[in-house]
Amino acid sequence: MIKVQREDFDVGAELAQLTAGRTDVGGVASFIGLVRDVAEGATVGAMTLEHYPGMTEKKLAEIEAEAQRRWPLQASLIIHRYGRLEPGERIVLVATASPHRRAALESCAFLIDWLKTKAPFWKLEETAAGPQWVAARDSDDDAAERWSKPRRVAE
Amino acid sequence: MKILYFAWLKSKVGIGEEAVTPPAEVATVGALLDWLATRGPKHAAALANRSIVRVAVNQEYAGLDHPVKTGDEVALFPPVTGG
Repeated sequence: MIKVQREDFDVGAELAQLTAGRTDVGGVASFIGLVRDVAEGATVGAMTLEHYPGMTEKKLAEIEAEAQRRWPLQASLIIHRYGRLEPGERIVLVATASPHRRAALESCAFLIDWLKTKAPFWKLEETAAGPQWVAARDSDDDAAERWSKPRRVAE
Repeated sequence: MKILYFAWLKSKVGIGEEAVTPPAEVATVGALLDWLATRGPKHAAALANRSIVRVAVNQEYAGLDHPVKTGDEVALFPPVTGG
């Protein structure tokens, strides 16, 4: 499931909903991204996340479908917020459910790595020097690149 | 053709969206970027460094050789930084 929203989300409620009514799930893995108050050594007051409505949902759905193809997942969830967010606030939740922990953990890492380099979001940070658009990092490209070849976990 | 600008491209061009009618010989993303850069000094400044401009045609990432045609939605934006 994909949700792109301005509002915050309740992690516990979302994770409970992911496996509600099921008794065949062996494990749920999750990643929660938060706004930090320090970036590249500078203090950040808050940030505004802009996105491309339409393409964002399309890309997230493609990334989720790719995870479903690569791992035996029973459920998955991506929630990504946009708008103005202050330090400490949640930005993103990625969660995957599978009969086995390895598939859940690996697919969760895959989802956040691919999301960071493929979903059309941009961060504008409020710094002492004024608003600054965050530049893409090579390390994020490297993190996504390690998933470039499909791997499937042995059952 | 609808052109969308996001993040600092929107700030530099000064608008988020515009409808354009390029000449018929503008048939690829690369040619479209060249043509857009001639529309004014703000467009030229925004498109000065093509290596940090990403393009999506009808909401799919597209390279410089990708075709463009009347009715397409073409978005210009920097490398993404979500998550």
